[in-house]
Amino acid sequence: MTGADRSRLPEVHGDPPFTFPPIFKSRLAHGLGLWCIEESSLPLVSLLMVVPAGSASDPDRLPGLASLTGDMLDEGSGTRSAIDVHDAFARIGAHLEIEVAADNTLIGLTVLSRYLRQGLSLFADCVVRPSLREADVERVRQLRLNRLVQLRDLAPAVADRAFMQMLYEGHPYGHLAIGTEAALKEMTVADVVAFHAGACLASRATLIAVGDVKAETLGQMVDEAFGGWTRREEESPDVGFDRALAEPPAVSNRRLAVVHRAAAAQSELRLGHVGAARSTPDYAPLLVLNMVLGGHFVSRVNLKLREEKGYTYGARTSFDFRRGRGPFLLQTSVQTQVTADAVKDAFAELQEVLDNRPVNAEELELAKSALTRGYARNFETTEQLARALAQLIAHNLPDQYYDQFPARVLEVDTATIARVARAHLHPERMLTLIVGDRPALETSLASIGLGDPAVLVPA
Amino acid sequence: MEIPHSQCFLDNGLRVIVHESRSLPIVAVNVWYHVGSKNEQPGRTGFAHLFEHLMFEGSQHYDRGYFHPLQEAGAALNGSTNADRTNYWEVVPTPALELALWMESDRMGYLLPALTHEKFQNQRDVVLNERRQNYENRPYGMAGMALVAALYPSDHPYHWMTIGAAEDLQAATLEDVRAFFRRYYHPRNASLVLAGDIDRDEGVALARKYFDEIPEGPAGERVVRTASLRDESRILLEDRVELPRLYVAWHSPAMFAAGDAEMDLVADLLANGKSSRLYRTLVYERRIATDVGAAQNSREMAGWCQISATAAPGHSLSELHAAIDVEVDRFLQDGPTEPEIERGLAQAEAHFMGRLQTLGGFGGKSDQLNAYAVFLNNPGYLASDLERYRRATPAALLETAQHVLGHGGRVILSVVPSGRVDLAVAGSRAVEAS
Repeated sequence: MTGADRSRLPEVHGDPPFTFPPIFKSRLAHGLGLWCIEESSLPLVSLLMVVPAGSASDPDRLPGLASLTGDMLDEGSGTRSAIDVHDAFARIGAHLEIEVAADNTLIGLTVLSRYLRQGLSLFADCVVRPSLREADVERVRQLRLNRLVQLRDLAPAVADRAFMQMLYEGHPYGHLAIGTEAALKEMTVADVVAFHAGACLASRATLIAVGDVKAETLGQMVDEAFGGWTRREEESPDVGFDRALAEPPAVSNRRLAVVHRAAAAQSELRLGHVGAARSTPDYAPLLVLNMVLGGHFVSRVNLKLREEKGYTYGARTSFDFRRGRGPFLLQTSVQTQVTADAVKDAFAELQEVLDNRPVNAEELELAKSALTRGYARNFETTEQLARALAQLIAHNLPDQYYDQFPARVLEVDTATIARVARAHLHPERMLTLIVGDRPALETSLASIGLGDPAVLVPA
Repeated sequence: MEIPHSQCFLDNGLRVIVHESRSLPIVAVNVWYHVGSKNEQPGRTGFAHLFEHLMFEGSQHYDRGYFHPLQEAGAALNGSTNADRTNYWEVVPTPALELALWMESDRMGYLLPALTHEKFQNQRDVVLNERRQNYENRPYGMAGMALVAALYPSDHPYHWMTIGAAEDLQAATLEDVRAFFRRYYHPRNASLVLAGDIDRDEGVALARKYFDEIPEGPAGERVVRTASLRDESRILLEDRVELPRLYVAWHSPAMFAAGDAEMDLVADLLANGKSSRLYRTLVYERRIATDVGAAQNSREMAGWCQISATAAPGHSLSELHAAIDVEVDRFLQDGPTEPEIERGLAQAEAHFMGRLQTLGGFGGKSDQLNAYAVFLNNPGYLASDLERYRRATPAALLETAQHVLGHGGRVILSVVPSGRVDLAVAGSRAVEAS
């Protein structure tokens, strides 16, 4: 082989095909769905349960109830105390991971395959038969109140909370999963018990298993572990599985809001508006558009704010695709003295893609390639595969979804991008939220031209 | 448990390791340079990391951003710097492997002709913003700097954190960049791993094609420094936080040295996870803390071990301090229980197995091969690494813990809300971290 030709970059030929592994599906006696991928390269199994109720199902007066309930799952079961449960997981080198998102609750456990039976049994005890004892609820409530106190010091968390609250006022997406101090203090054990009873139903849940296990063996093990999950939906409290589908409040103008943070070294920025739901037919073109705008390192927003201006360590945009309409968001953290300039630059990028600088052919190809060519690496680990299945379940997508995805992206053209940009990007009604040192910002903010900011008090 | 691989060296000294695994049509490229913030001098801290940023700004034959062609080819890529090494990686679809090697070799061989003052200033601004975002503007973000500054004397290379001091970053010059590149960025100080959809012969041939032409560079240096901590030092930092947090830190064994794995297990059973001793007493039973944690931070030259706990509202750091001492002393008397040892082993095994799941990126198989190769000159160390944990006995844990924790030489750092110095452990001296 001769040496390198440095006069040009090597060409990249051909895209190796990727096929998503087969999914084995079954349903147990009480309605629990079971999805399995056999992947035996390492002696590991990842379990992931999708419960289709999350923080959007919190009752209006009790934001944070789903999340508190999730936290209570591994805090005691049957005759086991909370410590006993934690010890039992530790003995198999694992712990239960509970993630309460807006639309659903994900409960995960990765174990060495020789511990799968014990893992499943513990998993089932936690999900189906948590003790939900008063003393444990009190203890966990206090830990969560402490966490809320700590989050007040964390600028990104303050920004996320204030932004969602303003954007989704009165809507189930208008609060973060952890909820509010007032609501946490008000929740009773009865509230937790009722939420658990209404949300954790075999007929609504799906258990995913990916790893070193045969689907058939798995079915028997799951039957054994979850056999007692007999509570029926008709007999259970209604948690409002579809509350997130409500239409978010309509806004017709630009708004500016500031949360003061004394002597902050940076301003935390959130710019955005209500976006599209995951079910939008424009999903693939919106992913491409987002790549160009702020979806990866070489996007317009990051190149402008980081690589050209040096204002920030990084800036990005995202469409947060949910069951209901999630936010479109540009987020970054910039040096205090350039805050107003960074906001103006961000606005300019979003406006220009609609007006005088639409996505061009070269940018389009770059974005499409970035989304499709390295696609296989998203499916390397058992946990990645389990999460991929959870997406299919959460959004009712076909089994062939991942095999078809690259083609969906590759068919997007510049005209489609221009159309979806006009339909889904709205700088004219964007909310701009700044968490920063208000006195240091005061004079420069006027130059943005968004009027006087609303001054928010951190929750 | 192992990562099958083969290793060879090019004439210019570049170490090349290939691991074949055909399950997905991707290859992980992973390059380590044996240089980190411990190679810096006082007054020029933060430089190794700032330099890493410049490696993404273009080289002689492709003088544009490093990300563009690789992302277009479907790659994921990044880099990182710590005290002991700097790593760079790409995970590419198989057809883009040559592109990644072209790019990596161009910046290894030809970075300086493309370097400009403008790039340098821009990336310095970016790094200063990284520092603001991840340290200055983050609660408890300056604690690590205060701890290492108190653990090591000012001329010891672990005295500062990799992000460095803001004024040092401001003082860095373009000439510093050039000198640093010539000294540390060359094949003899580097190690290349290719992992995934490739075999040994292909891998070695491609490595030759792209890296053979780069001159070998000067012989490496080994930074050797010792430090000891004889007395207890109590320091305090005021920060924009509502709940005070306590850190207790000791010197501990270096990475892979005798006692390192044992100390890792001791840290876990003392304060990591809900079944740990300190979680049980401080958070679950007495409720004087809202979280606890521990870590054996082992580095090439030396390690340090720390326990931290955040006070629950209404509780002082003195209370936490006393409660931690009681638990540590109890452990130093009785050592671990059999169930604790079993849990530690189960967790270690699950952890090792989990890391074998990815080819590339931070902590994947390619990164591990390089870690074993660069620090131990033994890329096949994985099984022995796990064996260190499997062989750990209650007596060995006790002995290590007594050696590391059982004396007065330690740093006690109180991070308290601004204006609430009274919440700190008694007798603490205020320090500045900026």
